[in-house]
Amino acid sequence: MEKNTTASVSKEKISLTINGTEQQLEVEVWTTLLDLLREHLQLTGTKKGCDQGQCGACTILLDGNRINSCLSLAVMHDGSEITTIEGLAQGDELHPVQQAFIDHDAFQCGYCTPGQICSTIGLIKEGKAKTVDDIRDLMSGNICRCGAYSNIVKVVQEALERSQQA
Amino acid sequence: MASEVIGKPKNRVDGRKKVTGQARYAAEFSVPDLTYGVVVNSAIARGTIKSIDASEALKLEGVLQVFTHENRTKLAYYDKSYQDMDAPPGSPFRPLYNNQVQFNMQPIALVVAETYELALYAAALVKVEYEQAPHETKFAAQRPYAYEPEEYKSTPPPEPWGSPEEALKNAAHTITEEYAHPSQHHNPIEMHASTVHWEGDGRITVYDKIQGALNSQKYVMGIFGLKEEEVRVLSPFVGGAFGSGLRPQYQLFMAVMAALELKRSVRVVLTRPQMFSFGHRPKTVQRLSLGASADGKLQAVIHEAYAETSRFEDYSEDVIIWPGVLYNCDNVKLSHKLVGLDVYTPLDMRAPGGTTGIFALECAIDELSYKVGMDPMEFRLKNYAEKDQIEDKPFSSKELRECYRQGAEKFGWKNRKQAPRSMREGHQLIGWGVANGAWEATQKPASAKAVLALNGQLTVSSATGDIGTGTYTIMSQIAAESLGLALDKVEFKLGDSSLPKAPLEGGSWTASSVGSAVKKVCNKLGEKLLELAQEIEGSPFKNVKIEEVVFEGGRMHLKNNSSTAIALTEILSRNKTESLQAEADSEPSDEQENYSRYSHSAVFVEVKVDEDLGTVKVTRVVSAIAGGRILNPKTARSQILGGIVWGIGMAMEEYSVMDNQYGRFMNHDLAEYHVPVNADVHDVEVIFVEEKDEIVNPIGAKGLGEIGIVSVAPAIANAIYHATGKRVRDLPITLDKLV
Repeated sequence: MEKNTTASVSKEKISLTINGTEQQLEVEVWTTLLDLLREHLQLTGTKKGCDQGQCGACTILLDGNRINSCLSLAVMHDGSEITTIEGLAQGDELHPVQQAFIDHDAFQCGYCTPGQICSTIGLIKEGKAKTVDDIRDLMSGNICRCGAYSNIVKVVQEALERSQQA
Repeated sequence: MASEVIGKPKNRVDGRKKVTGQARYAAEFSVPDLTYGVVVNSAIARGTIKSIDASEALKLEGVLQVFTHENRTKLAYYDKSYQDMDAPPGSPFRPLYNNQVQFNMQPIALVVAETYELALYAAALVKVEYEQAPHETKFAAQRPYAYEPEEYKSTPPPEPWGSPEEALKNAAHTITEEYAHPSQHHNPIEMHASTVHWEGDGRITVYDKIQGALNSQKYVMGIFGLKEEEVRVLSPFVGGAFGSGLRPQYQLFMAVMAALELKRSVRVVLTRPQMFSFGHRPKTVQRLSLGASADGKLQAVIHEAYAETSRFEDYSEDVIIWPGVLYNCDNVKLSHKLVGLDVYTPLDMRAPGGTTGIFALECAIDELSYKVGMDPMEFRLKNYAEKDQIEDKPFSSKELRECYRQGAEKFGWKNRKQAPRSMREGHQLIGWGVANGAWEATQKPASAKAVLALNGQLTVSSATGDIGTGTYTIMSQIAAESLGLALDKVEFKLGDSSLPKAPLEGGSWTASSVGSAVKKVCNKLGEKLLELAQEIEGSPFKNVKIEEVVFEGGRMHLKNNSSTAIALTEILSRNKTESLQAEADSEPSDEQENYSRYSHSAVFVEVKVDEDLGTVKVTRVVSAIAGGRILNPKTARSQILGGIVWGIGMAMEEYSVMDNQYGRFMNHDLAEYHVPVNADVHDVEVIFVEEKDEIVNPIGAKGLGEIGIVSVAPAIANAIYHATGKRVRDLPITLDKLV
């Protein structure tokens, strides 16, 4: 069969700083930030759980703020700084929130975990959570089907206390 | 020897990989020259595909092929080739087999392209014409035609015992009610995915989301006529499954077929809506008639279940055995009928049957306790089962009484006022409810291999899975303990069809089955180490029997003289051996057959219900579990917490709504299908009561994946009744049913 080209999909050049490294990328305009990370850059630590902004598994830090990377196109973020789960540890030393997830057994299958961790870090930065009920509300955009919520709350409480001491 | 590793709250050994994003799931393996497949699903529930026009899709540069029933590869003919290890009796669904549509959202085409986005776009261009036939998805309409299957997947209903009808007529107190729950979908957060690596010489390596790599391997071999050495299946990490990964799902078929045809590597990931297009917990309606004497002795039970199945397979689960397992009654009649609908075949979902049957039974028992005028816990204790009436056998162990004692104390049950609507806090009606439950503690045959390397590292392997349950961790603990090694000296491998055989990871039998194989293989390796040590010149272990040595701290020493010792690595090096290995097969003992083997739970729940708005908050849950030996209190607790969260979902949120006009589940995403979120879960506590069981398996652990959920939904429903005086018998209990 005679092939037409997919002329409707253009490519754009963008610059992204991902986990501290600046990268020059050429991306198709219909590629989401999530698919860019997972399928093009092999940063599969960021998870796809629904691709509809409903589960939070794809949560990353964009310029320090937590966002659902499935709901955002890559081309929209030229010049942005992105931190994914792969960029949190300093060498062998885990980020305190990562270590707390292990210590509190705040996950089971581990699939929502990168999103929960990024969300925790974003939540602390937002500075809105004051009480346990606030934490539960503000972490409700990250579904954990294994049901580790009560352990996740302990992690966030600890992180909150740490941030208040700092 | 005192336990150094088993029974300790160890962190997950795979935790670091999971919190750093290094744990790779089925869709995350990087393979060269990868293509992407997107599945097209049917828009009708029943009928014939008249035509599929893929020309617009195929015109696009980068679209490689659109597979349909018209151009698919040659497939196996007989049903048995499609029957996987968890298939119910019947004819399994065959993707792309012919032009017949058997259920809505049936996969009917696969578009394969060079990029994911292109495949997704091209899939939207595929035009399908149907010849629609009338479908029936209304449960109520088909219920009059409910039937007993020729063969039950579950325990067939036993013959009635005593005179149930007569006993019911003569009972001082009776209830007859119907209890229902809707279809529910597993919705693990990882969507089903397969990455097929075309190795170039006809062989494929498949990364699949499955609760047993051997099942996917068998399925692929059967359908595509491949040899065992031509297909290897790997699933080192599974992002939750809860039963959805017990059977190979259609993305596996699609990805393998496309890879074999195109001779390219292919990845197929289902979308969240497509996660509603295969197995689910079947909608079930149960009619329960119970009778009790004036003083609260259960005298009659008639339990009839009507459960949904597809038109092509007879799926059934253990819904009705629970009156015989949980209570003792002289007059019992049980029946289980199937309601055939034009839907996909239901599928085991966390504690299949138990979650369903115990919900109905425990609500009915609660209702009867109020009729009798007894405290609901006292009523249950009065009718406590001293033996299993279904199998007519004693229990291998049963510490349910202790669950009640410790749970009630922790919860403060003694402060409960009996009358409904008698406890409140301003506008909040407070309700306290209780329920008990059980789940089978089964051991299946399993195999394992252990290799000790010269550097002291022990590698143990078995083709089981870890869907988040903690298999990696507890197996490492068992191995470490058996050979006296530190936990970080042990690596456990799983999720690989080339490893020694293991059963599907389900049914709460993994700790029991694979754990027993791991223990056995490590003991066998210990024996080999002793034999090898005896070959060393001047060995102090000559003529020493295995019972006379102890493995501890990386060394083997005499039981009665710990200074006569040798490092395990030295045994290898002195014999100039690079490594030492053993393999073992374990099987359940004959003695198990003389006993009924179950874990048990008692769950106490507090709810607060807004009197005006009907909103319900589950403010406190105490779950007391008798699950045999607890191998790791940390991961064990997490499994029970998960069960509690699932119980909250079942009681109050989860509902796959069937649009009967189209025969399709209409709320097919996570915005419309509600699962519990963080804000739904409040104060939850888990108690493990001490329970010794030397019969259930050599490990003494009963398995915890399912016992945590079974009593939660009825305890919540009972608490809501206590708070409001309203008995809601159809789940989920949403606020419209309370105002």
